[in-house]
Amino acid sequence: MKSLGARNNVLVKIVSKGPLNILILFICAAWLIPSLGLFVSSFRPAHLILSTGWWRAFKTPFTFTLENYKKVLTTAGMGRSFINSLIITIPATVMPILIAAFAAYAFAWMKFPGRDFLFLLVVALLVVPIQMTLIPVLTLFNKLRLTGTFLGIWIAHTGYGLPFAVYLLRNFIGELPEEMFESARLDGASHYTIFLHLVLPTSIPALSSLAIFQFMWVWNDLLVALIYLGGNPTVSPMPLSISNLVNSYGAGWEYLTSAAFISMVLPIVIFFSLQKYFVRGILAGSVKG
Amino acid sequence: MNIKIVILAIGAVIGVPVILMAYIMFGERLIGKFKGKKRQAKIRPWFWLSPAFILLFVFLIYPVINTIILSFENANSTGFVGLKNYIFIFTSRATLIALKNNLLWLVFVTLVTVTLGLLIAVLTDRIKYESVAKAFIFLPMAISAVAAGVIWKFMYEFKPKGTEQIGTVNAVLSAVIPNFEPKAWLFNPPINTFALMIVYIWMWTGFCMIILSAGLKGIPDSLLEAARIDGANEWKIFWRIIIPTMASTIIVVATTMVINVLKIFDIVYVMTNGTLGTEVIANRMYKEMFNFRNYGRASAIAVILLIAIIPVMLVNIKRFGQKRS
Repeated sequence: MKSLGARNNVLVKIVSKGPLNILILFICAAWLIPSLGLFVSSFRPAHLILSTGWWRAFKTPFTFTLENYKKVLTTAGMGRSFINSLIITIPATVMPILIAAFAAYAFAWMKFPGRDFLFLLVVALLVVPIQMTLIPVLTLFNKLRLTGTFLGIWIAHTGYGLPFAVYLLRNFIGELPEEMFESARLDGASHYTIFLHLVLPTSIPALSSLAIFQFMWVWNDLLVALIYLGGNPTVSPMPLSISNLVNSYGAGWEYLTSAAFISMVLPIVIFFSLQKYFVRGILAGSVKG
Repeated sequence: MNIKIVILAIGAVIGVPVILMAYIMFGERLIGKFKGKKRQAKIRPWFWLSPAFILLFVFLIYPVINTIILSFENANSTGFVGLKNYIFIFTSRATLIALKNNLLWLVFVTLVTVTLGLLIAVLTDRIKYESVAKAFIFLPMAISAVAAGVIWKFMYEFKPKGTEQIGTVNAVLSAVIPNFEPKAWLFNPPINTFALMIVYIWMWTGFCMIILSAGLKGIPDSLLEAARIDGANEWKIFWRIIIPTMASTIIVVATTMVINVLKIFDIVYVMTNGTLGTEVIANRMYKEMFNFRNYGRASAIAVILLIAIIPVMLVNIKRFGQKRS
């Protein structure tokens, strides 16, 4: 009796899971097809992109080409933009993390008047719309001649990234075991030693999450670059260059598809290889503004 | 390629951490020279906090105050105009369209992303290839809104009826619906606003799904098993157990989405630039700032965004205060 019931259960499960699987596969396909269409098209000759659907590329005769990538990297200047993106993103990722770690350490393990107030200020700044800062900062940058420079956009991204970085790291560093700090202090370790040899190494999970987050945020940013780099193509990162390409009527799909794909490669690789940390970062601070 | 720039970048990557660490090292030595542990402990925190707070002040605190002041001034910030900029925003046609659209975005996108995210989290919880399926949904989070704009512009591409459709949306609909009239999705209001929202939904559903899925895993299995033994069906379990226990997570996700959607800019800027009735507040602010050079109006628009976000800000502060006590 019992085994019959169990077998029935398995059967019921398989039959009832059929629609579920179909539904999930349908959702996955719907989510993947847009990117797939772009990817396939970026390898098709311009006249074919314009005359037939991208799904026809899988029918013989196969006509794939690397010509679009060659053209977009050289004549459309995407090669330059890719390098600009790297130059902007890497320092703009490193800088806020260390500065935030200092502040987070102070918030978590030092006592001072106004500590709670200042931390609540950071929490409040988390959600301040970046639009609230654009005009004063641009005016300031114009005066200091920082508009259109890498230096300007580095410190701008550092400033904007700080509330989230301080918030995330303060929560993590605050959870570290108190005994660890006490025994270090008994051994006569200075705050500098504790920070460098205890706090930073034990915070690597949080620092990695933060690094990925900030990297993605800066790499994919359009608004900050648009405002502070303006129309200077020699410093323009990929999203800014692509948005200019979209708005110029001369650019065809062969340029746009390949350019967009080049901009997606790095974040996608990071996403798949370090997904765990990315997800952790999202879960730790789902209040970013 | 400019060698100077590369050196500058490498210098920033290596030099900045070195300088910062040196700052702390020498600072600690300096503090050590002060007499008395109590005195040292009084100075020390400010020393560790100051790099962060100098930047926070320059890039967030001062600009917020300044923008509020600018919003009561004229186009080139030379004279006080009172509430004129705000009155303009709530009376001119162009900004009213933007306000109306933002409200539409807020309601529709938040509702769809959270519902869909929850649905997918619950569904994928029951299958073996959960992590793969979730990764596909989550993937668009890694893509810039600009690239997403290009991807979807291509999806929405339109050719007149009779010629072959190269846009996936029109091609699929033509294949499925007999006598379907292909549409220029981005050119016909009000459909075009919804077409833009779909791009945003495509990008952000994964975000909602990830947080909600983590919340779902936090529900103890024993609770669900007990309900099943009592004869509750899956539908009842969803409404009576999953939804109530996850209420706080759902609220957190929804408020995060509200904050994000409120500031919607890139997708609209890239795909339509707010033409043909698709304008939103942030894009309108960009136009006031750069196309019309009206800093007063642009600031007032930003202040309206801030005011809309203040309730969320207060809730966050309250939530954090509770967490500590």
